[in-house]
Amino acid sequence: MGVVEFLRGFTVPIRQVFRPKLTEFFPKEKRPKPARFHGRHVLNRYEDGMEKCIGCELCAGVCPARCIYVRGADNPPDAPIAPGERYGFVYEINYLRCIHCDMCVEACPTEAITETKQFEYSFTNRDDSIYTKDELLVDDDGRARRLPWELWMGFEDDDTSAWMRATSPSGDADYEGRVAWAGELGYGVRPPERGQSEAQSGARDAAEGDGA
Amino acid sequence: MTFLDPLLKGDIDLTVVLIVIGKTIATFALLLVAVLFYIWFLRKIIADMQDRIGPYNAGPFGIFQTVADGIKLFFKEQSMPRSADKPVFLIAPYLSILPAFLAFSIVPIGGLVSIAGHKTYLQLAELPIGVLWLLAMSGLGLYGVMLAGWSSGSKYPLLGAVRASAQLLSYEAAFSLAIVGVLIQSGTLSTRGIVNGQAWTGNFLEGLGHWYVRPAIVAFVIFIIAALAETNHPPFDLVEAEQELVGGFHTEYTGIRFAIFFLAEFMNVITMSAIAVTLFLGGPAGPKLGFLDASNTINVWVMPVFWFMLKLLVLLYGTVWIRATLPRLRYDQLMALGWKYMIEIAFLWLMVSGVVVIGREEEWNLWIVVPAAAAGAVLVYGVLWASMTKSGELTEQEQIH
Repeated sequence: MGVVEFLRGFTVPIRQVFRPKLTEFFPKEKRPKPARFHGRHVLNRYEDGMEKCIGCELCAGVCPARCIYVRGADNPPDAPIAPGERYGFVYEINYLRCIHCDMCVEACPTEAITETKQFEYSFTNRDDSIYTKDELLVDDDGRARRLPWELWMGFEDDDTSAWMRATSPSGDADYEGRVAWAGELGYGVRPPERGQSEAQSGARDAAEGDGA
Repeated sequence: MTFLDPLLKGDIDLTVVLIVIGKTIATFALLLVAVLFYIWFLRKIIADMQDRIGPYNAGPFGIFQTVADGIKLFFKEQSMPRSADKPVFLIAPYLSILPAFLAFSIVPIGGLVSIAGHKTYLQLAELPIGVLWLLAMSGLGLYGVMLAGWSSGSKYPLLGAVRASAQLLSYEAAFSLAIVGVLIQSGTLSTRGIVNGQAWTGNFLEGLGHWYVRPAIVAFVIFIIAALAETNHPPFDLVEAEQELVGGFHTEYTGIRFAIFFLAEFMNVITMSAIAVTLFLGGPAGPKLGFLDASNTINVWVMPVFWFMLKLLVLLYGTVWIRATLPRLRYDQLMALGWKYMIEIAFLWLMVSGVVVIGREEEWNLWIVVPAAAAGAVLVYGVLWASMTKSGELTEQEQIH
């Protein structure tokens, strides 16, 4: 009977009343982000304080949203900013355009650019949306700059890679060897890539294994 | 003191006028506070039913959320289309809120009390034609909707207003017939008379049988459905229908004028629930505190109001429950339900209950009379149905397929 089904429908919302609530108190509390979450970027540094960025512009080239602007320059010989010949003279990311695809992180040959879990930022003008190198560089402890328009609660560092804090200029040895995986390419988790011939022989081995 | 005597009758003195003014202000304040409370209540309950917690920021448990919304709407910019009919556009929101308030004035909130030596009912107006007044006011509420849509000088509000008017008119008939189902039992149009007709002394459970909901159970169901449709409450909220319409008849309204439409709508829900309590659930009638004297202030003032509020709260919870449960009707379903079922069932019920009431008075044998009346009604419907179905012709639905 339709009437019985109709009345049975009324029990559905009443059952929900006794179930636990799913509400999150977002601006007061933040939930830990998923392991591979892509937030805003940071530019990392070496233990000696040198910047990892070498101004190669690969990140800018690979960026599908064209939101990264890099200009490299020759390192001043008496006071080098990055090891090697060149360094990132200008480094800007426009967060009105960035889609957080992480391709810049994959492209970076020196692991200079990585992503944090920070996405709770809201700017009130377009100038603030363009993060300059000053804002992107990690501080001496290997932590991202805490900009006034970003919501930081203190525990966000736990979600980012520990090596950022272990290898920064005044880094903390406690973080040595600790993995807090943030999805950066090549760090600690994936096995190193094998050469082409090795990979082919591996494939052949697998095929033979199947046959046997 | 003749200038304070609105009816120019000698026995009305300043105290009476002050009592009336006091009651008016109190009723208005009560209704406004009730609306604020009801919206918060609604949001909390509906959140409960959807595994959320609802508003929680403004005040304890978010109870001031509606106040905050109201303040925001009050200070928002108000716009008016250039093609709008200015005076009508400005007056339409008040045309919709005024009947909502006036309809509440006949609801008995409490019992007979004495203020400064004057015996008076806790009820704003005790009209001999109370129920007719209710019907008139619920009919007038339509003007606010219709004129708002028409005077906006824009197409969407006009279409929304036509939708709304058709819906409100369709359910007006079933609504009135359901009320007549109670009037047959009570034999009076005065709401106080209806409430007194349901009052009882003694056993509580026995008293439940005195409520008109028992002899007029079908009328009660039809009243609830029609009242939901009259107040544009889900599942009959086609007038606003956020998912399908820009906004319905109030598309061009902004700021506090927009808020007044919503105030009127929620006020109507409360008023209709209060009317349902009055007509079917005994109004303020309920057991007094036995250990206190019958003339004690608590028994005279507080207990009737308490019972009224309790019944009102139960019905309002029911409206929220319905809002959380039922999906919106399609427009043809709405019209079919109103015209093809509600009115017919209400009429049938009216005939049968009329026969029962008259039969009791005349001491007829009800076991013969009632089936005969029902059979007669079914016969009439059968003839109507047979004459309206054209056999050789395909219906519109069949032609489409």
